[in-house]
Amino acid sequence: MQATLPTRTASEGEVSPAAAMIRRMTGLFFVHAFLLAGAVFILLPFVWMLVTSIKPPEEVFSAELSFWPDRFYGLENYGFALTAAPVLRFALNGVIVCTGILVVQLLIAIPCAYALAKLQFPGRHLLFILVLLALCIPIQVPALPIYVALAWLGLLNTYFSMMVPFFLSVFGIFLFRQFFRSFPDDIIHAARLDGMSEFEIVWRIVTPSAWPAIAAFSVFSIVAHWNDLYWPLIVISDINLAPPPLGMMYFADAETGSNYGALTAAATVLTAPLVVTFLFARRRFIEGITMTGVK
Amino acid sequence: MAQLDLRGISKSFGDTAVLRDIDLSIGDGEFLTLVGPSGCGKSTLIRIIAGLEPQTAGSIEVDGVGIDHLRPHERRVAMVFQSYALYPHMTVFQNLALPLTMARLTMAERLPLVRLLSPRRRRVMAGIGQEVGAVAEQLQIDRLLDRRPAQLSGGQRQRVALGRAMVRHPAVFLMDEPLSNLDAKLRVHMRSELADLHARLRATFVYVTHDQVEAMTMSDRVAMMHGGRIIQLGTPAQLYDHPANLTVAQFIGSPTINLIKGRIGTDGAVEIPGGRIDLATGLPAGAEVTVGLRPEAVVPAPLAPAFQDPVRLPARLHRRENLGPEQILHFDLVGAEKAGLTCRVMGNESVVADEPVDLLFEAGACHVFNAAGERVALPATPASGRPPVRSVAPLIGGTGA
Repeated sequence: MQATLPTRTASEGEVSPAAAMIRRMTGLFFVHAFLLAGAVFILLPFVWMLVTSIKPPEEVFSAELSFWPDRFYGLENYGFALTAAPVLRFALNGVIVCTGILVVQLLIAIPCAYALAKLQFPGRHLLFILVLLALCIPIQVPALPIYVALAWLGLLNTYFSMMVPFFLSVFGIFLFRQFFRSFPDDIIHAARLDGMSEFEIVWRIVTPSAWPAIAAFSVFSIVAHWNDLYWPLIVISDINLAPPPLGMMYFADAETGSNYGALTAAATVLTAPLVVTFLFARRRFIEGITMTGVK
Repeated sequence: MAQLDLRGISKSFGDTAVLRDIDLSIGDGEFLTLVGPSGCGKSTLIRIIAGLEPQTAGSIEVDGVGIDHLRPHERRVAMVFQSYALYPHMTVFQNLALPLTMARLTMAERLPLVRLLSPRRRRVMAGIGQEVGAVAEQLQIDRLLDRRPAQLSGGQRQRVALGRAMVRHPAVFLMDEPLSNLDAKLRVHMRSELADLHARLRATFVYVTHDQVEAMTMSDRVAMMHGGRIIQLGTPAQLYDHPANLTVAQFIGSPTINLIKGRIGTDGAVEIPGGRIDLATGLPAGAEVTVGLRPEAVVPAPLAPAFQDPVRLPARLHRRENLGPEQILHFDLVGAEKAGLTCRVMGNESVVADEPVDLLFEAGACHVFNAAGERVALPATPASGRPPVRSVAPLIGGTGA
């Protein structure tokens, strides 16, 4: 056998260990340089926000570009942001709205996704196609009828009015359906033989295995609704109910309009919960994205 | 303990018929194996018995009472799956206890938090704990009760899956290829454990496998399935010694049965390439037949069997597999293109390669199949059936797994 194997001659590329090491290192260097450049590009606005939030006004408006402030003005900016506007109230509103939306979304999307992924019933494919089609409808399309209905019911200016259009998440149904499809049928069969009802199978057997998908979906959902300005702007006029972006708008409208130090301080306070959430859910989030094939 | 009767079970997916009119009675405490190549419908049949899939037609009875309308857990059946199907996020104890908690606790007592309000729950759970402990001890998994399935080896998962079936004390155990995910050595071991378990529980077992060795070694009866039908039902020995058709003959037995194409001569004997076999087949002259010969029925002349009036075929050794106590010899027939015979002989005396030898077998050891592949009944001769002093089980078990 050995005689028939192609043998390498020294001239063809006998590589010394040192040369191989150097080649590997230069490769790694370029790859990392490229990735770092991308990271800088994405992170710079955030860093600029953080830096501005601790700069005094004259430095913000000075003509020359300086990264680090000469005078630390953080306490004043953050103090002003927290006292001049109910920034913490905005954050709390954001937490209430996002939690409410997420809980109801999960309660509805998980059983729907299970039914679409694992139950045999007539019209299953049609329903799934409808789900896919619904993914293409932006919130602006049903906004008017929902607004009219809420106004008619006297529910404008409530937390409920901010949450209700998002209770049914077709994206959630789609994501969980993709995830559940890979769940072994045999385990569901075993659960049926053990006497579990379909709802118990969903919540006690299938859901515990879906934590990566739940974490991924949660990040999507929380980010989207924490940052949503469009819908709260329509249904909320009471500043005490305003979620973060709407609150920021009210804050910027007042006499603070040009106080960028205070504005970025408020923005930092309102972005922090998102960053913390993502850091906690990071690993699961990535698992969920890779396992469901949704990108 | 129960008698299980299947009457006219059919199943089709759209236009594709998977099962066609299956009638089968499985006795109380019997170990019946459904065996067949993949796609023959055996797994579908066992799922229908379990109630996991509805049949298109026919009915299932346990002890004479129809169970078609019952949901899976009401049918007094338990199932062991090929993939084990353990609940991945539960410990071994929780896996084993689940069927019992489902049966004995009310819906409210199973809910989180609400269940703490029930005084009865604690009593019931204590009882369940004892039963789970007893089963775990029987299966020697009592030390693993706190682990999760991912922390177990294949064999241990297999035992947990068995235990989850046993705790319910079902009337019928359904097993869907439970050993096929194990390595060869463990599979042989678990075969005997399963047989012991059956002897101890005296429950009715329906066992699905595509491995003929498992079918032959454990079962009271074997139902060989092909194309959605049961093509032969009988004891392992009946299937081995009297295969009803070519499909059974080829599927059962390892190494595979030797098949030689032939035709009926003018004098009624079977003419094969290189020889003729004196057999009264009752078929008309010129009819095409296939002669089947088990590998142990063919012996090379140098090993001097005491056959009376054997058929002789000249052949040349092509390959030899030494298995220790026995050897498998592959011969090419002299004068016949691409025709070969496989012999299984005890001991490891060598047969010289490249030198033509005569292969001997008795006419009575031949299975004759007509052009449609059906067995042709032969008049019994004194030496018929199988060669003397050879028992089936060790021969099959030896090379199995």
